[in-house]
Amino acid sequence: MKHATLGEWVLYGAVCAYLLALYALPSDVWLGFTINALIVTVLSIAWNITGGYGGQMSFGHAALFGTGAFVTAILQVRLGVNPWLAAPLAIAAAALVAGVIGALSFRYGLKGSYFALVTLAFAEVLRILASSFSITGGGQGILVPYKAGVENLQFASRVSTYTLALALVALGMLVTAWMQRSRFGAYLIAIRENEEAAKALGIDTFRTKVLAMVLSGAIAGTAGVAYLQTFLFVDSQIAYGASMSVEALLGPMIGGSGTLWGPLVGTLALHLLGESAKELVSGAPGLNLVLYGVVLLVILRYLPDGLVGLARRVRLPRRAPAASMKEAR
Amino acid sequence: MLRVANVTKRFGGLVAVNDASLTLEQGRIVALIGPNGAGKTTLFAMIGGFLTPDAGSITFEGQEIAGLPPHAICRLGLTRTFQIVQPFAGLTVLENIAVGAHLHHRSRADALERARLVAEQVGMGRMLDQSAQSLTVAGRKRLELARALATEAKLLLLDEVMAGLIPSEIVEIVATIRQIRDSGVTILLIEHVMQAVMSLSEEAYVLNQGKMIAHGTPKQLVADPTVIEAYLGHGAAERLKGGAHA
Ligand SMILES: Nc1ncnc2c1ncn2[C@@H]1O[C@H](COP(=O)(O)OP(=O)(O)O)[C@@H](O)[C@H]1O
Ligand SMILES: [Mg+2]
Repeated sequence: MKHATLGEWVLYGAVCAYLLALYALPSDVWLGFTINALIVTVLSIAWNITGGYGGQMSFGHAALFGTGAFVTAILQVRLGVNPWLAAPLAIAAAALVAGVIGALSFRYGLKGSYFALVTLAFAEVLRILASSFSITGGGQGILVPYKAGVENLQFASRVSTYTLALALVALGMLVTAWMQRSRFGAYLIAIRENEEAAKALGIDTFRTKVLAMVLSGAIAGTAGVAYLQTFLFVDSQIAYGASMSVEALLGPMIGGSGTLWGPLVGTLALHLLGESAKELVSGAPGLNLVLYGVVLLVILRYLPDGLVGLARRVRLPRRAPAASMKEAR
Repeated sequence: MLRVANVTKRFGGLVAVNDASLTLEQGRIVALIGPNGAGKTTLFAMIGGFLTPDAGSITFEGQEIAGLPPHAICRLGLTRTFQIVQPFAGLTVLENIAVGAHLHHRSRADALERARLVAEQVGMGRMLDQSAQSLTVAGRKRLELARALATEAKLLLLDEVMAGLIPSEIVEIVATIRQIRDSGVTILLIEHVMQAVMSLSEEAYVLNQGKMIAHGTPKQLVADPTVIEAYLGHGAAERLKGGAHA
């Protein structure tokens, strides 16, 4: 690992300061806004594993997020399962769906835009299925009864919900950090950089990519569970709609895909921007999406490695002796 | 160590490799030569598991490997480099080599340590933190070699690792290849630089239009009329007969 530059310290420091400041100055509006952003961050962290590190750009991470949310909702509301048990089952279900999507796509060698389209198709199929069957609440969705209490994985205070969301983001980043230092992570990056070379060096690329999907699915499913426990409602559009798939990839793209901090930095930046835009253009629905599009275009054009990449380039001016030694060589 | 028996590969109507055979003994440096389009790279791709032969058999240390996927073949101890270099462009030299080293070293620290040693061995010790895409042609060719070596392969297939290099770089890489062989690795190499073939290899095979047309010591081959006709040309053969050194 390279050492963090001054710019990175400043950027990550600012993010952490903001997140901690909410404990000192709790405001319901800001807490609510940030909880939402953090749940999306967890989904972004999931996308970043396959898309950022593995180079397998999914356009259908809603399939995994939605499965997490729906499975936990169905287990609780239809079968009376305790949320603490429903959560791991839902996460496992999302991991399984991810594994199946990955295995089918990668078995047939799908890459690039083909992989993106197939994942999008999976999410769309799930959305249509969820809106057609009564077990998923059809067009109405599923409402989970409000019963605040730790035993129900529901919190009366926003600060507690916020702490949970923050802990999940921290956990996701720890998993990412572990991955970066592991053989699995090195293999995943190698596949992103050059799949043929990876094969020649003994990497089972199919297995590695499917495993990455499973890990990503588990994390995306966790985001879905967190969403459900926070808002106590899910329907086919929220769970499997394309906007969730887009949210999953915007954060890492803007923050810096294939970096540890990219999903958090990018998602927070995007949500802050979206919120300010809402103030500015209130009453014109859809305009915030136009704004997202413009921001994404600008970032991709001028900052291909995102905000983290920009911060990396901001470093302390080189000390004079080191510079002169370089020249003397 | 390696036995290729009557292997054929067709691409549509084109027979790229036609009933070709070769045998390789452990500890040797053997060259595979022949004109462009002869099917040399295709043969390497089949041995390495990137293509499945339409007919014939390939055995490595007694085990049939034709049709196995590349990663499985690599784990048996056989790996190839690419004629068109395939670096992990966004990674540093050290990180590139470490990917190969991970095959036998699970921990990151061990893989990096091993990668450093390999980098020293191929003369890249000073370039560890350079990004792969900033390397010169010679650097990239060396990196191909280093990554393959880091897998601790018993048999290396080197596809034109000297193409595009200037004479002084060729001298260096010839020395490196010889060192690698002396460390116990068997080498099969495709090469157009005949001087290097003459000085490195004890044995060479000649492929022409998919067919193995000759086999012998380099000295025998430069005197072989079929080989001169198909590949070397009369002028080059005369010069090579004159002085077999690089
Ligand atoms: N994937 C492929 N599809 C179709 N034709 C191919 C393919 N790979 C190689 N060929 C053809 O097979 C022949 C042998 O190519 P190659 O093995 O690269 O030769 P060499 O390495 O000896 O120069 C050439 O005519 C080439 O055009
Ligand atoms: Mg070739």
